[in-house]
Amino acid sequence: MLSSTEAADGSSGSDVTCMDTELTLGLPRDGGSKVAIAGAKRAYAGTVGLGLRSSIGKRSGDIEVDAAESCAASQVSGAGKVPGSKAQVVGWPPVRSFRKKTLEICKYVKVAVDGAPYLRKVDLQTYNSYDELLRALEGNYLEDSKVMDSAKGMEYVPTYEDNDGDWMLVGDVPWKMFAESCKRIRLMKGSDAAWFAPRTPKCRG
Amino acid sequence: MNYFPDEVMEHVFDFVTSNLDRNAISLVCKSWYRIERFSRRRVFIGNCYAISPERLIARFPGVKSLTLKGKPHFADFNLVPHDWGGFVYPWIEALARSRVNLEELRLKRMLVTDDGLELISRSFVNFKSLVLVSCEGFTTDGLAAIAANCRFLRELDLQENEVDDHRGQWLNCFPESCTSLVSLNFACLKGDINSAALERLVARSPNLKSLRLSRAVPLDTLQKILVRAPQLVDLGVGSFSHDPDSETYNKLLTTIEKCKSMRSLSGFLEVAAYCLPAIHPICSSLTSLNLSYAPGIPGSELTKLIRRCRKLQRLWILDCIGDKGLGVVASSCRELQELRVFPSDPYGVGNAAVTEEGLVAISRGCPKLNSLLYFCQQMTNAALKIVAQNCPNFIRFRLCTLDPVKPDSSTNQPLDEGFGAIVQSCKGLRRLSLSGLLTDQVFNYIGMFAEQLEMLSIAFAGNSDKGMLYVLNGCKKIRKLEIRDSPFGNIALLRDVGKYETMRSLWMSSCDVTLGGCKTLAKKMPRLNVEIINEIDEMEACNDDGQKVEKMYLYRTLVGPRKDAPNYVWTL
Repeated sequence: MLSSTEAADGSSGSDVTCMDTELTLGLPRDGGSKVAIAGAKRAYAGTVGLGLRSSIGKRSGDIEVDAAESCAASQVSGAGKVPGSKAQVVGWPPVRSFRKKTLEICKYVKVAVDGAPYLRKVDLQTYNSYDELLRALEGNYLEDSKVMDSAKGMEYVPTYEDNDGDWMLVGDVPWKMFAESCKRIRLMKGSDAAWFAPRTPKCRG
Repeated sequence: MNYFPDEVMEHVFDFVTSNLDRNAISLVCKSWYRIERFSRRRVFIGNCYAISPERLIARFPGVKSLTLKGKPHFADFNLVPHDWGGFVYPWIEALARSRVNLEELRLKRMLVTDDGLELISRSFVNFKSLVLVSCEGFTTDGLAAIAANCRFLRELDLQENEVDDHRGQWLNCFPESCTSLVSLNFACLKGDINSAALERLVARSPNLKSLRLSRAVPLDTLQKILVRAPQLVDLGVGSFSHDPDSETYNKLLTTIEKCKSMRSLSGFLEVAAYCLPAIHPICSSLTSLNLSYAPGIPGSELTKLIRRCRKLQRLWILDCIGDKGLGVVASSCRELQELRVFPSDPYGVGNAAVTEEGLVAISRGCPKLNSLLYFCQQMTNAALKIVAQNCPNFIRFRLCTLDPVKPDSSTNQPLDEGFGAIVQSCKGLRRLSLSGLLTDQVFNYIGMFAEQLEMLSIAFAGNSDKGMLYVLNGCKKIRKLEIRDSPFGNIALLRDVGKYETMRSLWMSSCDVTLGGCKTLAKKMPRLNVEIINEIDEMEACNDDGQKVEKMYLYRTLVGPRKDAPNYVWTL
């Protein structure tokens, strides 16, 4: 049992077909260092993305160069989705899985909705953008008819408490920064909410 | 040729604690061998498959403390299947059967079961210390057995284990008569904890020096515990998040001030930055600080804290501290010996990352640095040369560029020269991990200069068999060599087969060695176990000697192929 490579930052688009090939090799875009290319079969120069899967049963010596070039190309074109086109390699960087799992747990944050009798918890790790998060929050609370009743006609303003203990409007900073610094979420309504200009939060990244 | 009676020799040998020295003593003559083996109390077995429990007990019947290691190191990074091996139960069973008076058991990367823990708790009357590091396979039920039955338990230390938490009341299982605890670490547990039981346990443990709590222990419980145990030297905080205006928080402030013996802090598995000032009063006497499990602390809070820790010798943090933050470490912590900087964002580019600048600053400010683990965005040869010059005392040097083949970020050259400078300058280097773009040349340097090197980790490096040969020929003291994704093949593997009997183990994965090469090696060296891990049952593959081997792990052993290997592990 091997852990499969994970797509960087949740981007699924153009990378999916690349991940299907067992081994792809991104060729350096600008010629790189000759030494580097001549040598290691599985080494790669520069920061061109490399989809490496420690595959079950397949021989890793079979390098499909054509597939590689098209993969490199699509990764370049998909570069907007994949910041820095970092490769996803099994076991790299070498961080103990216990440590990885422990740091992941921190992403559960409490969600309070003004007027709701109880709080919920959401795992920020499972979302990749504000859009997704807000839709999920909507989904959570729309299910509960009690909340719906009191919420009839009222617009909720999503706010969050950050690392420093300050209450901020959701949407100002890039998603990743938000996810890392968010400690809890509160959907405000009423006079408190008026302080924040009632606008749709910008959804970034 | 004994001028003294045996008891006198034994008494003299008692002063020799190092096992290396005791091994030497036992080679002098038969009678010294005999006297030494009956008086050996601590045994360290770096590979549990190198020897059998029966032979261990036969030679050292008086053993009281046993350390065992199971899976190879790369198992930490998901390169080894979970049920590969390293089962401790047969060891416990054998020790129990032979009525060994076991007092201490320390395990690393082994498979431990509740049955095993229960057997320990019932078989060894004087059992005092259980230390489990990176183990798995057990639940809190097993811990309950240890708690309930080990009447003289001093130490229960669980470090980074995968424990199935049954949310039972294992802490309640410590009987009221248990007052001997010195060290309790359950930070890795995920389930809820009975706070009242914990408080009572601490209250009746006057010798408690080290306590590491899990995430489930809230701040108010921490405060109550500290009131009972102001003598604590080592504290692992669970949850450190509370309303700073509350009475609880204020109580905590005064309580912490009374903990004058506190030298080591860790945990902060859940932390609000605005609560951190509570620990400021004890910072000035801290020698060890581990904040590496606490993401989300802004750099400004971190540096406020670290500026006060002027006696710090060990620091583990996340890379969100940044190069600037490391600069603060460099100017505040002149006594620093060990630094570990972990990645907070292993898969992204990361705004929060450190570079060569941070490391250079540290090397300038902390000349006593001897142990480093550094995950960084980029590195340069120039920086490594400066570091080598400023810190010649490195014993452990592990550098990890987040991109495994990243070249020198300013010259685009391989990092050969930089690592070369490190091995040349640090004459006492025992452990080295490489990363970044590397050619055979770095291995040439390592073979030439790394005379004391015992453990070397290689990934995505080198151009040819020459690289591996430089290491095997040059590093006389190498014991553990682990290589992944590097172009080393049969020529390097087979050049000097006798070398592997001088080593503990060799791991090679995604390299160029073939099945045929491994078979040849296994045939020539009967005292090595050459294991191939093949996770798909390809019977045909077994006959194709030209096929490359995905994962090979070989180790010296006195007891032949192991019988507990799963069906996808073939011992050739």
